[in-house]
Amino acid sequence: MDDSRPIFAQVAENIENDIISGALPEEGQAPSINEFAAFYRINPATALKGVNVLVDAGILYKKRGIGMFVAAGAQEQLKGARRDSFSSEYVRPLLAEAEKLGIDSAQLTQMIAKEANNS
Amino acid sequence: MTPTIEVTNLSKHFGKVNAVNDVSFTVEENKIYGLLGRNGAGKTTLMQLLTGQEFASSGTISLFGQPPVENAKVLQNTCFIKESQRYPEDFRPKDVFKTAPWFFANWDQEFADRLIADFRLPLDRRIKKLSRGQLSSIGVIVGLASRAPLTFFDEPYLGLDAVARQIFYDRLLEDYATHPRTVILSTHLIDEVSNLLEHVLVIDDGKLLINEDAETLRNRATNVVGMKTAVEAFIGNREVLHRDGIGGLSSVTVAGLSESERRDAHAAGLELSPVSLQQLIIELTRTETKEFEASA
Repeated sequence: MDDSRPIFAQVAENIENDIISGALPEEGQAPSINEFAAFYRINPATALKGVNVLVDAGILYKKRGIGMFVAAGAQEQLKGARRDSFSSEYVRPLLAEAEKLGIDSAQLTQMIAKEANNS
Repeated sequence: MTPTIEVTNLSKHFGKVNAVNDVSFTVEENKIYGLLGRNGAGKTTLMQLLTGQEFASSGTISLFGQPPVENAKVLQNTCFIKESQRYPEDFRPKDVFKTAPWFFANWDQEFADRLIADFRLPLDRRIKKLSRGQLSSIGVIVGLASRAPLTFFDEPYLGLDAVARQIFYDRLLEDYATHPRTVILSTHLIDEVSNLLEHVLVIDDGKLLINEDAETLRNRATNVVGMKTAVEAFIGNREVLHRDGIGGLSSVTVAGLSESERRDAHAAGLELSPVSLQQLIIELTRTETKEFEASA
């Protein structure tokens, strides 16, 4: 919890990552606010704010008196959103760094193809 | 709903010294507050006034809707853990834990026992013979296990090592989650506690400098680092809190940035890094001092 964005946004993103990776499966119960607060060592009000971002987005939903659950389709929804921002989050910085080093786009494409073959 | 604490135009003078100078604020129920400020800023005096241990020179204080001075009803709901708590001669830790339940209706002995084990506190040793850290841990245990609706911790961890401090923070968060209450934590170890706080009060030279939601405060500033020309072009006419540089590199602290401004900064090849609450308070305190000097 130490990049420059608000802590609640980082909490929301960490929960998203766990849903995308399958660590938090769809229709599975999510940890409680207090469990999140203890785990990240943050004030429960901050944890609540982070969780509410995902409740508002329909990623998590509340079952009265039981707790919070991951919505059906949440994983695909999150992956879609991440795909939409993939270009601006990853490709553009990659191009900027390549340009700084004098690597042109043809060389870059080659490098990507080579890495993809190796993995 | 009545605020847990309501302070209006509170002042306390010691001779010519204004230890607390025309301070007004409210404290809402069941939040964790940080009371921050430099040594001698007036934090302890303020807490002594709030807990009825000092008389105000002027202004009003209300705790749970009532004045605290000699008010048993208010004080039995209040726990004040002082940095330099004194105990009767010949007292041992076990005597403290025997008497504490007399004063606190919500005292939880099981929780206290668990904390005693966590802190490895020797119960039978004379308090005089305890180390500074062990002495502090007595206060921390009393403060947590008393579960008072309003708990003040005034620099509770003098001499506590890093492990013991982490135990304190973890137990505080855990217990606060299951037994919500109002906690006021006075400290100069700002970075250690910053994520625990919901609201921040900063006092400087007897005056209340900052009274703000911790999350809002955290977003008030960002460091922008990069080539001098690019940094200068990006900040334009923005308010600059702090400026540093080495060679052609520049590091500037500016007010919080929006998502689109962050993207612009990244596009310009600038790096953004967080400003810790501690750093922010140091810089804001410094700015305020400058403004004060300029106007004087």
